[in-house]
Amino acid sequence: MTDTVTDPATPALELSRVVKSFGAVVALRSGSLRLDKGSIHALIGENGAGKSTLVKIVAGLYRRDAGEFRLDGEPVDFHSTAQSKAAGIAVIYQEPTLFPDLSVTENIFMGRQPVGTLGRIDRKAMRDEAAQIFERLGVRIDPDRLTEGLSIADQQIIEIAKAISLDARVLIMDEPTAALSGVEVERLFAVARSLRDEGRALVFISHRFDEVFELCDTVTVMRDGSYIDTMPIADTSVDELVHLMVGRDVTEMFPKLPADIGEDVLVVDGLTQKGVFHDISFTVRSGEIVGLAGLVGAGRSEVVRAIFGVDPYQSGSVTVSGKALPKGNPKAAMARGIALVPEDRRKQGQVLEQTVSRNLTLAIRHRLAKMGLIWGGVENESAKVWASRLEVKTAALDAETGTLSGGNQQKVVLAKWLATNPRVLIVDEPTRGIDVGTKAEVHRLISQLAQEGLAILMISSELPEVLGMADRVLVMRAGRLTGEFDRSEATPEAVMFAATAEEVA
Amino acid sequence: MTTTAAAPRRSALGVAGDVLKARETGIVIALVAVVIAATAVNPTFIFSGDGFRDLLLTPSLLMVVALGQAVVIITRNVDLSVGSVVGLTAYMTGRLFIDIPGIHPALVFLAGIALGALLGLINGALVAFAKVPALVITLGTMYIYRGINVAWTGSDRINASDMPASFRGLGTQDVLGIPLLTLLAVIVLVFTAWYLRNLRSGRELYAIGSDPDAAHLYGLRVTRRVLAAFIVCGALAGLAGVLFAARYGTVSSNAGYGWELQAIGAAVIGGVAMSGGVGTVWGAAFGAYLLLTINRALPIIGIQDFWQRAVVGILIIGAIILDRVLALRQHRRLVAAREEVK
Repeated sequence: MTDTVTDPATPALELSRVVKSFGAVVALRSGSLRLDKGSIHALIGENGAGKSTLVKIVAGLYRRDAGEFRLDGEPVDFHSTAQSKAAGIAVIYQEPTLFPDLSVTENIFMGRQPVGTLGRIDRKAMRDEAAQIFERLGVRIDPDRLTEGLSIADQQIIEIAKAISLDARVLIMDEPTAALSGVEVERLFAVARSLRDEGRALVFISHRFDEVFELCDTVTVMRDGSYIDTMPIADTSVDELVHLMVGRDVTEMFPKLPADIGEDVLVVDGLTQKGVFHDISFTVRSGEIVGLAGLVGAGRSEVVRAIFGVDPYQSGSVTVSGKALPKGNPKAAMARGIALVPEDRRKQGQVLEQTVSRNLTLAIRHRLAKMGLIWGGVENESAKVWASRLEVKTAALDAETGTLSGGNQQKVVLAKWLATNPRVLIVDEPTRGIDVGTKAEVHRLISQLAQEGLAILMISSELPEVLGMADRVLVMRAGRLTGEFDRSEATPEAVMFAATAEEVA
Repeated sequence: MTTTAAAPRRSALGVAGDVLKARETGIVIALVAVVIAATAVNPTFIFSGDGFRDLLLTPSLLMVVALGQAVVIITRNVDLSVGSVVGLTAYMTGRLFIDIPGIHPALVFLAGIALGALLGLINGALVAFAKVPALVITLGTMYIYRGINVAWTGSDRINASDMPASFRGLGTQDVLGIPLLTLLAVIVLVFTAWYLRNLRSGRELYAIGSDPDAAHLYGLRVTRRVLAAFIVCGALAGLAGVLFAARYGTVSSNAGYGWELQAIGAAVIGGVAMSGGVGTVWGAAFGAYLLLTINRALPIIGIQDFWQRAVVGILIIGAIILDRVLALRQHRRLVAAREEVK
């Protein structure tokens, strides 16, 4: 929409002190954002800072609990994505959501195709308009082809074409460049600038500072679900932004206990899975906590899945206590003493419909069984020990695990693996979605385990957690190890740079 | 390569090429091959008044049911209850003629379609609002509807003499040598195909089946559309039930038994993907013809009774493998096309 109708000085979109929580977890404490017409606005923050929640509220996927939301000066409240769309807001997600079985043209116009008599879709008009939009964007995509098989970059162009055909006033792009090559990024930026020059407001969410500085006019920083600051991009620097993003003290929350660091337990050498991660080498020693930091999608979970044998790898080796581990064999990995507490505890870590005691003994059922059967009290006996040791708060051991809080579920998963007497414990995002109190308990537990001589590899996207807990910090970016820091050298800035900085070509 | 945006309108040759490449063409070729083979062994298969009539008439009813089934499958759902709906509406048709003497056949048609639509509405509401997979819900209603049918019918049966000749004539009359029932079925087919291709709500059914989450993000009214698909499917099964009574004259409590699986088989053979978003009702219609024509042709060709069912199974699995192979080839071609444009 051009600015002839409304005053260009009125912000295109304004959110102030917006709150959103899911049960006990507060995803957005106080989100604010003010978008000017004809400008590109960067929204930055660490993983979990609340950017996505904010975007989903704007998109009509979530409803805010409190706070103000104005569009062109008018207060709005969206119950559905359709309403947000009708108000002229288009959101382009990191993973475009298109219909693979339909043509490019149909994907652009689905739900609002031009119609003629009897409500018949005017295919020719639709196709011509699609071709026209592509011409204007200067891209070559066949409007008649199926969407299936298109690159992520082309799919994003289709999403943008959709936004243009909607005549969107506000266009939000959530990490659009994460999967793009250099040329594709250039093309996307050219499109973004031409949309800005037409008077639309754009939001660009990115972790790449070079792109933020190249493309954007204004920047808003978020941290811990709260608005921190907004400033013109010309008045700031990478250093300042990084400081604002992490800017908090590594507090007492992380009771790191001193532990004796012993011999190498887990040795990973040159691990490569084509297109996912490359040449990953590191060691974890007994009594040591190694933090694996990086952005979501850097390939960290994939590496540990490969180590544990769930995913294959093409080259490299994994050694536990001096003996090579066969690849692609989780059973062998468990037998050698590796335990993996996965990222998604609800899906991969436990059986929610089963009782607490059954979940607690899930990994040691062979050991508990006599003559192939698990007799009477054995299960509960073992479960009782672990539940009390980890202080699992549950009404009863025969309650369904699904009824426990997130933190207690995580303890159940941890206990399940600890019961196997592991030598290496791999935890993937151990405290995601857990309230602060339980978080500290999980941290103390991990620290204790290291003290008892376990080798611990901890993936975490929360910088303070990594810095507070780890003896050594490894950083991954785009499938490669890009940094290794001792506890003493690991500053938030250094780790953030290693996780985000562009490679020097 | 020139930009495709400037490409000229497709030539007649191009359109012919598209027809040749279409999935439906393969089914028609298979159908013709079966008919030729059966006719070669026994010329009366087609070259006799009854032979030609049967060829067209027998699959007409299943075709109507398969159309509705295809509409539901396109939305990534399935309706196992259609056979039971056919049974219930067929019996109700007879009952109406017995209990209300002199009732106009048009009213009976409306009643059958309405009952089918109602039963479809129940399926759709359970699927759309209870968020339970359609397979489970309609497995349940399949038994429930059949149970109601059995309780209502008992050991009773409707006989041809219970229904007026004008109504039964529907099952026997021809127009220009084409059975009236077949014409009716084809009219429904053409209308459904037009709807799915040309109306927004029709296209949205494909979108929903192709990716339900994306459909939600697009702001499409997913619940309403899925509900509508089930109602259409039920209504078509209801129509087939009325036609069943007209064609066979005799209706017992197991009318339409097993039709749900034949209808699904027909849709799958015709290229309607169980994963949703792909296929046309033309394919499902040709699938119904191929399925039932093979059933009739196999004994003539001299294939043993035992193998006849196996052949149907092979046909279904073969169709799925074919679709998979075509999909993989298409995927590679589309990826290659993308590289080429750059």
